[in-house]
Amino acid sequence: MTLAVGADLQGIDEVRESIEIYGVRYLRRIYTDREIADCARQPSDVARAFAARFAAKEAVFKILKDDDVIAAWKDIEVSLDSGRPVIALRGGAAQLASRQGIATIALSLSQSSGTAAAVVVAERASGSSR
Amino acid sequence: MSSAGMTIREVLEANGRLPVSAMTLRDDDDLYQNGLSSHASVNVMLGLENAFDVEFPDELLRRDTFKSVAAIEAALTTLGAHVQSDANG
Repeated sequence: MTLAVGADLQGIDEVRESIEIYGVRYLRRIYTDREIADCARQPSDVARAFAARFAAKEAVFKILKDDDVIAAWKDIEVSLDSGRPVIALRGGAAQLASRQGIATIALSLSQSSGTAAAVVVAERASGSSR
Repeated sequence: MSSAGMTIREVLEANGRLPVSAMTLRDDDDLYQNGLSSHASVNVMLGLENAFDVEFPDELLRRDTFKSVAAIEAALTTLGAHVQSDANG
Protein backbone atom coordinates (compact mmCIF):
# COMPACT_ATOMS: atom_id res chain seq x y z
CA MET A 1 0.00 0.00 0.00
CA THR A 2 1.17 3.53 -0.77
CA LEU A 3 -0.15 6.90 0.30
CA ALA A 4 -1.02 9.79 -1.98
CA VAL A 5 -1.43 13.34 -0.69
CA GLY A 6 -3.21 16.30 -2.26
CA ALA A 7 -3.60 19.82 -0.91
CA ASP A 8 -5.16 23.04 -2.13
CA LEU A 9 -5.91 26.60 -1.02
CA GLN A 10 -8.87 28.70 -2.06
CA GLY A 11 -9.45 32.40 -1.45
CA ILE A 12 -12.79 32.91 0.29
CA ASP A 13 -13.42 36.33 -1.25
CA GLU A 14 -13.05 34.87 -4.75
CA VAL A 15 -15.82 32.40 -3.99
CA ARG A 16 -17.96 35.13 -2.42
CA GLU A 17 -17.53 37.26 -5.56
CA SER A 18 -18.48 34.33 -7.82
CA ILE A 19 -21.64 33.75 -5.81
CA GLU A 20 -22.50 37.45 -6.00
CA ILE A 21 -21.92 37.65 -9.75
CA TYR A 22 -23.16 34.29 -11.01
CA GLY A 23 -25.33 33.04 -8.14
CA VAL A 24 -27.03 29.70 -8.64
CA ARG A 25 -25.36 29.14 -12.03
CA TYR A 26 -21.96 29.15 -10.32
CA LEU A 27 -23.10 26.93 -7.46
CA ARG A 28 -24.80 24.33 -9.64
CA ARG A 29 -21.80 23.88 -11.94
CA ILE A 30 -19.44 23.12 -9.06
CA TYR A 31 -21.32 21.82 -6.05
CA THR A 32 -23.79 18.96 -5.51
CA ASP A 33 -27.29 19.56 -4.20
CA ARG A 34 -26.21 18.17 -0.84
CA GLU A 35 -23.21 20.51 -0.66
CA ILE A 36 -25.38 23.50 -1.52
CA ALA A 37 -27.88 22.53 1.17
CA ASP A 38 -25.12 21.92 3.75
CA CYS A 39 -23.41 25.25 3.04
CA ALA A 40 -26.72 27.14 3.14
CA ARG A 41 -27.13 25.95 6.72
CA GLN A 42 -23.79 27.44 7.80
CA PRO A 43 -24.56 30.00 10.48
CA SER A 44 -21.68 32.35 9.70
CA ASP A 45 -20.18 32.59 6.24
CA VAL A 46 -21.61 30.64 3.32
CA ALA A 47 -18.71 31.59 1.02
CA ARG A 48 -16.24 30.17 3.54
CA ALA A 49 -18.01 26.81 3.48
CA PHE A 50 -18.10 26.69 -0.32
CA ALA A 51 -14.42 27.72 -0.53
CA ALA A 52 -13.44 24.83 1.74
CA ARG A 53 -15.34 22.40 -0.46
CA PHE A 54 -13.77 23.79 -3.63
CA ALA A 55 -10.31 23.37 -2.09
CA ALA A 56 -11.20 19.78 -1.19
CA LYS A 57 -12.32 19.00 -4.75
CA GLU A 58 -9.09 20.43 -6.16
CA ALA A 59 -7.02 18.48 -3.64
CA VAL A 60 -8.73 15.27 -4.74
CA PHE A 61 -8.13 16.15 -8.41
CA LYS A 62 -4.42 16.32 -7.66
CA ILE A 63 -4.49 12.72 -6.46
CA LEU A 64 -6.70 11.43 -9.27
CA LYS A 65 -5.11 13.38 -12.13
CA ASP A 66 -5.39 11.40 -15.34
CA ASP A 67 -5.55 12.58 -18.93
CA ASP A 68 -7.78 9.76 -20.11
CA VAL A 69 -10.75 10.08 -17.76
CA ILE A 70 -12.56 13.33 -17.04
CA ALA A 71 -13.79 13.98 -13.53
CA ALA A 72 -16.20 16.83 -12.96
CA TRP A 73 -16.29 18.94 -9.82
CA LYS A 74 -19.67 17.45 -8.94
CA ASP A 75 -18.18 13.94 -9.08
CA ILE A 76 -16.49 14.82 -5.78
CA GLU A 77 -18.81 15.53 -2.87
CA VAL A 78 -17.85 16.79 0.56
CA SER A 79 -20.23 16.15 3.42
CA LEU A 80 -20.06 16.08 7.18
CA ASP A 81 -20.31 12.88 9.20
CA SER A 82 -20.84 13.78 12.85
CA GLY A 83 -18.95 16.99 12.17
CA ARG A 84 -16.09 15.25 10.40
CA PRO A 85 -15.62 16.09 6.69
CA VAL A 86 -15.76 13.09 4.37
CA ILE A 87 -15.34 12.62 0.61
CA ALA A 88 -17.68 10.68 -1.66
CA LEU A 89 -16.76 9.98 -5.29
CA ARG A 90 -19.02 9.22 -8.22
CA GLY A 91 -18.86 9.22 -12.01
CA GLY A 92 -15.44 9.91 -13.52
CA ALA A 93 -13.84 10.50 -10.13
CA ALA A 94 -15.00 7.10 -8.87
CA GLN A 95 -13.68 5.48 -12.06
CA LEU A 96 -10.30 7.11 -11.57
CA ALA A 97 -10.11 6.08 -7.94
CA SER A 98 -11.02 2.49 -8.81
CA ARG A 99 -8.46 2.38 -11.62
CA GLN A 100 -5.80 3.59 -9.21
CA GLY A 101 -6.71 1.18 -6.44
CA ILE A 102 -7.89 3.94 -4.12
CA ALA A 103 -10.52 2.76 -1.67
CA THR A 104 -10.19 5.33 1.11
CA ILE A 105 -9.66 9.10 1.07
CA ALA A 106 -9.30 11.05 4.30
CA LEU A 107 -10.00 14.78 4.30
CA SER A 108 -9.02 17.66 6.56
CA LEU A 109 -10.36 21.19 6.09
CA SER A 110 -8.99 24.39 7.58
CA GLN A 111 -9.90 28.05 7.23
CA SER A 112 -8.36 31.38 8.12
CA SER A 113 -10.01 34.76 7.73
CA GLY A 114 -9.29 34.84 4.01
CA THR A 115 -8.34 31.37 2.85
CA ALA A 116 -9.78 27.88 2.97
CA ALA A 117 -7.43 24.90 2.83
CA ALA A 118 -7.93 21.21 2.24
CA VAL A 119 -5.61 18.23 2.60
CA VAL A 120 -6.55 14.76 1.41
CA VAL A 121 -4.69 11.51 1.98
CA ALA A 122 -5.53 8.44 -0.05
CA GLU A 123 -4.52 4.83 0.38
CA ARG A 124 -3.51 3.28 -2.90
CA ALA A 125 -3.32 -0.51 -3.12
CA SER A 126 0.04 -1.96 -4.09
CA GLY A 127 0.23 -2.97 -7.73
CA SER A 128 -2.34 -0.39 -8.85
CA SER A 129 -1.85 1.52 -12.09
CA ARG A 130 -0.17 4.50 -10.40
CA MET B 1 -7.29 39.52 -33.70
CA SER B 2 -10.66 37.92 -34.48
CA SER B 3 -13.89 39.21 -32.99
CA ALA B 4 -14.18 36.00 -30.99
CA GLY B 5 -10.61 36.38 -29.79
CA MET B 6 -11.34 39.92 -28.63
CA THR B 7 -14.50 38.83 -26.77
CA ILE B 8 -12.63 35.96 -25.12
CA ARG B 9 -9.95 38.37 -23.94
CA GLU B 10 -12.60 40.74 -22.59
CA VAL B 11 -14.10 37.85 -20.61
CA LEU B 12 -10.63 36.93 -19.35
CA GLU B 13 -10.05 40.54 -18.29
CA ALA B 14 -13.33 40.59 -16.37
CA ASN B 15 -13.19 37.11 -14.83
CA GLY B 16 -9.70 35.65 -15.06
CA ARG B 17 -7.92 37.51 -12.23
CA LEU B 18 -4.79 37.40 -14.39
CA PRO B 19 -1.77 39.40 -13.23
CA VAL B 20 -1.25 40.47 -16.84
CA SER B 21 -3.65 42.05 -19.30
CA ALA B 22 -5.39 39.42 -21.41
CA MET B 23 -5.12 41.84 -24.31
CA THR B 24 -1.35 41.31 -24.35
CA LEU B 25 -1.57 37.51 -24.58
CA ARG B 26 -1.08 35.66 -27.82
CA ASP B 27 -3.63 33.10 -28.92
CA ASP B 28 -1.44 30.16 -27.88
CA ASP B 29 -0.07 31.57 -24.62
CA ASP B 30 -0.72 29.21 -21.70
CA LEU B 31 -3.30 30.91 -19.48
CA TYR B 32 -2.44 28.77 -16.44
CA GLN B 33 1.22 29.71 -16.74
CA ASN B 34 0.03 33.32 -16.94
CA GLY B 35 -1.80 33.04 -13.63
CA LEU B 36 -5.24 31.59 -14.36
CA SER B 37 -6.37 29.56 -11.35
CA SER B 38 -8.76 26.64 -11.45
CA HIS B 39 -11.41 28.64 -9.61
CA ALA B 40 -11.01 31.64 -11.90
CA SER B 41 -11.46 29.33 -14.88
CA VAL B 42 -14.98 28.62 -13.59
CA ASN B 43 -15.77 32.33 -13.70
CA VAL B 44 -14.24 32.56 -17.16
CA MET B 45 -16.47 29.71 -18.30
CA LEU B 46 -19.58 31.42 -16.91
CA GLY B 47 -18.54 34.71 -18.47
CA LEU B 48 -18.05 33.00 -21.83
CA GLU B 49 -21.50 31.43 -21.53
CA ASN B 50 -22.95 34.90 -21.07
CA ALA B 51 -20.92 36.47 -23.87
CA PHE B 52 -21.57 33.74 -26.45
CA ASP B 53 -25.00 32.55 -25.28
CA VAL B 54 -23.86 28.94 -24.90
CA GLU B 55 -23.54 26.38 -22.13
CA PHE B 56 -20.39 24.35 -21.69
CA PRO B 57 -21.28 20.66 -21.35
CA ASP B 58 -19.58 18.61 -18.66
CA GLU B 59 -17.23 16.97 -21.16
CA LEU B 60 -15.68 20.37 -21.90
CA LEU B 61 -15.22 21.26 -18.24
CA ARG B 62 -11.59 20.24 -18.22
CA ARG B 63 -8.35 22.07 -17.79
CA ASP B 64 -7.33 21.85 -21.46
CA THR B 65 -10.49 23.68 -22.58
CA PHE B 66 -9.31 26.89 -20.94
CA LYS B 67 -5.58 26.48 -21.53
CA SER B 68 -5.31 29.29 -24.09
CA VAL B 69 -7.36 31.77 -26.06
CA ALA B 70 -7.03 29.46 -29.06
CA ALA B 71 -8.24 26.47 -27.03
CA ILE B 72 -11.24 28.42 -25.78
CA GLU B 73 -12.09 29.55 -29.28
CA ALA B 74 -11.86 25.95 -30.49
CA ALA B 75 -14.15 24.80 -27.70
CA LEU B 76 -16.66 27.51 -28.53
CA THR B 77 -16.55 26.46 -32.16
CA THR B 78 -17.46 22.90 -31.19
CA LEU B 79 -20.57 24.27 -29.49
CA GLY B 80 -22.08 25.09 -32.85
CA ALA B 81 -22.80 27.55 -35.62
CA HIS B 82 -24.75 29.83 -33.31
CA VAL B 83 -21.53 30.37 -31.37
CA GLN B 84 -19.63 31.07 -34.53
CA SER B 85 -22.22 33.58 -35.58
CA ASP B 86 -22.11 35.36 -32.22
CA ALA B 87 -18.34 35.21 -32.06
CA ASN B 88 -17.99 36.80 -35.44
CA GLY B 89 -20.37 39.56 -34.61
